[in-house]
Amino acid sequence: MAGPVLNKKKGARALNPPPRKKQKAVFAVQKEVEKEELLSDSDVTDEPEKLEESDEEEQGMDSESEMSSDADDPFANDILQGSDDEDDEEEGSEGSDGDSDSDESDIEKRAKAIDDEKAREEEDAEAELQLNIKEEADEFRLPTPEMFPVVELMELIEAFEKPRPICLRTNTLKTRRRDLAGVLLNRGVNLDPLSKWSKLQSASSFLPVMALAPQEKERIVDMAAAPGGKTTYVAALMKNTGIIYANEMKESRLKSLTANLHRMGVTNTIVSNYDGRELPKVLGNNSVDRVLLDAPCSGTGVISKDESVKTSKNALDIQNCAHLQKNEAVIDYALKKRDVKLVPCGLDFGRPGFTRFRGQNFHPSLDKTRRFYPHVHNMDGFFVAKLKKMSNLKQTPQQQSETLGEVDEAPGLVESDEQNNVEGDGQKHQKKKAVVVKENKKANQKMNNGFTKLGKGEKAAASGNEKRVKRKRPSREEIAKTREEKRLALREAKRKAKTESKAASK
Amino acid sequence: MRPLDENETTLVFNKLHKFVGNNLKNIVLESQSHEGPDANPGRYCFRLQKNRVYYVSESLIKRATNVKREKLVSLGTQIGKFTKAGKFHLTIQSLNLLAANAKHKVWLKPTSEMSFLYGNSVLKGGVGRITENIQVNDGVVVFSMSDVPLGFGDAAKSTVDCRKMDPNGIVVHRHADIGEYLRMEDDL
Repeated sequence: MAGPVLNKKKGARALNPPPRKKQKAVFAVQKEVEKEELLSDSDVTDEPEKLEESDEEEQGMDSESEMSSDADDPFANDILQGSDDEDDEEEGSEGSDGDSDSDESDIEKRAKAIDDEKAREEEDAEAELQLNIKEEADEFRLPTPEMFPVVELMELIEAFEKPRPICLRTNTLKTRRRDLAGVLLNRGVNLDPLSKWSKLQSASSFLPVMALAPQEKERIVDMAAAPGGKTTYVAALMKNTGIIYANEMKESRLKSLTANLHRMGVTNTIVSNYDGRELPKVLGNNSVDRVLLDAPCSGTGVISKDESVKTSKNALDIQNCAHLQKNEAVIDYALKKRDVKLVPCGLDFGRPGFTRFRGQNFHPSLDKTRRFYPHVHNMDGFFVAKLKKMSNLKQTPQQQSETLGEVDEAPGLVESDEQNNVEGDGQKHQKKKAVVVKENKKANQKMNNGFTKLGKGEKAAASGNEKRVKRKRPSREEIAKTREEKRLALREAKRKAKTESKAASK
Repeated sequence: MRPLDENETTLVFNKLHKFVGNNLKNIVLESQSHEGPDANPGRYCFRLQKNRVYYVSESLIKRATNVKREKLVSLGTQIGKFTKAGKFHLTIQSLNLLAANAKHKVWLKPTSEMSFLYGNSVLKGGVGRITENIQVNDGVVVFSMSDVPLGFGDAAKSTVDCRKMDPNGIVVHRHADIGEYLRMEDDL
């Protein structure tokens, strides 16, 4: 993708109509449901209320979906919209028509409400960034000016201060979205049905799972599973088939995890209390199909080496860090480790998965990672990368390095790309961090596989993307790194088939 | 994690029989599990881990044997736990399983749903529907009028007596309800 920013804007605009239509379609369904309820309710006085609610919903939906005020949007933009400049938006939403691994190919998320403290912190960070921008040497040139026009930066900050709508996720194991929406409406909740929601969850938390795209009858590991939002979502997507290994290091968080699993009717899960690094030993080689890791840079994330089957295994790594300094440190660390592992692991090239999202500025291979900006996507900042394991060879600093002879695909290229990407990521992360904190923006994004999320801290390696079909062919190594001091999130590149869809959407 | 021994199995089955009656064979013998990555669906079994009884499919059990005992926290669905005195109590996590196979059901009116979810017993005035042929001390699963399972308990009166009762009499002693997920999260 050339000129990621431009592309994104275009993409965003192009995306607007389809998502909106989708929303409208969804919404139409919703209205029907409501009407049915109205009819069934003998209480006439409820009608005006419900109509009102649906109006509000529609309004919310439209405002969310549209990035720039288009002519066909009949409703007034709400505040969230108003703060966004059309031209300056950093749009990351992906066409929803991309390959859909799951039913939720088109999903729009709304961010959660944000603390005021966060907003302040971010403003500080933002100021820092701007200072840094002037001072930075080449190595750390913050792409802020490239990434965000100044105006947009302001929007970001403003966006941080605005509360985001709360997202709900429907537990599809137990109910349908329609039913749930109906019930909530009955209770007077303003509901904007955009996706399957039913559990209060940060919108950005859905993205990794969607990128992970678990299939039925797969073996999935969730390494930092508590309190269980993602795990239950994965189980719902898999319809309780297959096996999920839900692991959580902290005992105190285990209870909430098990409670949530049982409450949501998840039956295919084994919960364990290991340090993520031990999991490979426990599970053995060639044992899992996908790995999900959400590692906040606050240190609870764990990077572990996971050796999976030689055949294509995908792992999704989400990094979600919060501090500028941490980002840098993590990135440096990751860089070091990556260098060691890059060659042997043969990470996939990043290929742009979701064109709408902001990828790595400097290297195309990191385009596969996904970043979500609050101001663009109306959700918390998040960073996602999907890695694909190419082979079983692994190499750690602690261990003897083995030369991996099997990497064919331009390892040099990969390496340099990765390095560059890492750096770029680092920088981006830094910036993003401030940015990520809060950005309001319409959340017209389509989530397809391979979302990029703004890593609060660590950025995952750019994930290659190829079609699912493709991933079967090459085997890739997953790269897991463990920080000695802090645990890093797992990075994995994933190939997605998005290339084509991306090209198309672009 | 280990399978249940004779006594434990007897206790568990007795308790389950109270609620599901003859459907017990559905649960134990003819169960078809869809979990696990293998193409061949196994059956469901019971396993004991730290005095909690889990209802898991065989494929999950095979995989879980790798996990060390002190590190294994939960698998499949928990259906109950053994007390220190050796008695077996069903816990709320078994609700899905029970509700699917329940013999005796009580439906609550919307007004009394919340009361039940807060931990109160079911009063006659809150009962919307009730299945026939409930005897005293039968296991009863409590539903809302929209067929959402809310919990389970013991029948305090038979169906026949229930009709003659005054509206403030207790019909079902509550054993477990889904409000416990919020109230007693730590105890689960």
